[in-house]
Amino acid sequence: MAQTIVDARGLSCPQPVLLASEEMDKAGSGELAVLVDNDASRENVGRAAVAKGWKVTADVAEADGNFRLVLQK
Amino acid sequence: MSRTVKNVFATAAGITAVGAIIGVVAGLLQHYGNPANMAICVACFGRDIAGSIGLHRAAVVQYLRPEILGFVLGAFGAALAFKEFKPSGGSAPITRFMLGMIAMIGALVFLGCPWRVFLRLAGGDGNALFGLAGLVAGVWLGTLFFKRGFNLGRSQAQSTSTGLIFPLVIVGLLALRLIYQPVAGEAQSGVLWYSLSGPGSFYAPLTFSLAAGLGIGFLAQRSRFCTMGAIRDLLLFRQWYLMYGVLALLVFAFLTNLVLGQFNPGFVGQPVAHTSWFWNFAGMLVAGLAFALAGGCPGRQLFLSGEGNTDAGLFALGLLVGAAVAHNFGLASSPAGIGPHGVAAVVIGLAVLLFIGFSNCKRT
Repeated sequence: MAQTIVDARGLSCPQPVLLASEEMDKAGSGELAVLVDNDASRENVGRAAVAKGWKVTADVAEADGNFRLVLQK
Repeated sequence: MSRTVKNVFATAAGITAVGAIIGVVAGLLQHYGNPANMAICVACFGRDIAGSIGLHRAAVVQYLRPEILGFVLGAFGAALAFKEFKPSGGSAPITRFMLGMIAMIGALVFLGCPWRVFLRLAGGDGNALFGLAGLVAGVWLGTLFFKRGFNLGRSQAQSTSTGLIFPLVIVGLLALRLIYQPVAGEAQSGVLWYSLSGPGSFYAPLTFSLAAGLGIGFLAQRSRFCTMGAIRDLLLFRQWYLMYGVLALLVFAFLTNLVLGQFNPGFVGQPVAHTSWFWNFAGMLVAGLAFALAGGCPGRQLFLSGEGNTDAGLFALGLLVGAAVAHNFGLASSPAGIGPHGVAAVVIGLAVLLFIGFSNCKRT
């Protein structure tokens, strides 16, 4: 199954959390990746995921300066 | 690919500590000379800076506040130190400039930014309760737009030089403040204006003001401290993280005021405040909605601009121009009450915000 990717790069607060939350609610469970371009959004998405009972299984800085979070439930 | 380092300030304990430090420092700044119940208000101090460089001629609110310069430069230093200086921009720049203008105009009808809402409460000013209600109402309106898909579009990465422009402007302003020191009894020193009476004439020593600003800028950049965001995240996500910082600010500013004899509960005769409850509410509603649509309170916009976010930098410049317009056009309130055109400012400001809000919703 292809992994769902939420592209929140370049979006300001609270868009990254809104988009990621929407996707988590829609999926209910499973795995999805969230792309963000700044540390504040990275922290916010991680915090929102944990609050929803999801786990942040990967949180990596990519070579292009963006971050990829992988969320699982 | 490398795993990112944990940011210790971006924890519940971290942001609570940062809010507490801001609260104590605000009380101390007031103790050492800053205006009462204002201490470190971003809107008031932006207005004072606009006056100091002659953008408006309200003689009582002119002083180039080092705290604000420190906010940007402290955040800039933190962003460099932690490799978070990432120039970006291009997300509806002129709209963000306009949001900054309207936010400032609304804040000056109330007489304070969200930080000052809490600082006024911590000093015992009951009128700020109406400001707080307005702020919450404005941010709540903003969350309705977010639920409808409000979005100002994506920003793009910008060059290092573009990201440096705003911090360099701030360095330039700091240079002016250092070159043209205030002269006792003189309303002008070189190119800068200095209030001889009124709130602008009250200020803590330069070194303390600047150090406080730099320290708060550094800590706030690390913790993402944001007063508007605290309310927004609670309404939108039931997320308490930012609110811990705001509550800590309120409690510690209150305690500091108690210790220093700066707590004077009441409604009438409060420092740099008026008692028109409806306009305290409405002014802050307009400001709160503008901050929500722009994605951050004025303090947060300054910290973001220090990280190279040029959209936030434009919002901050909008704050300055908004302050100038507010005083030149008689939109700003004073302790005597709202300005001659304050009502028009609130009505037109709200209309423009609704236009921006509805026209940027990507889905219905």
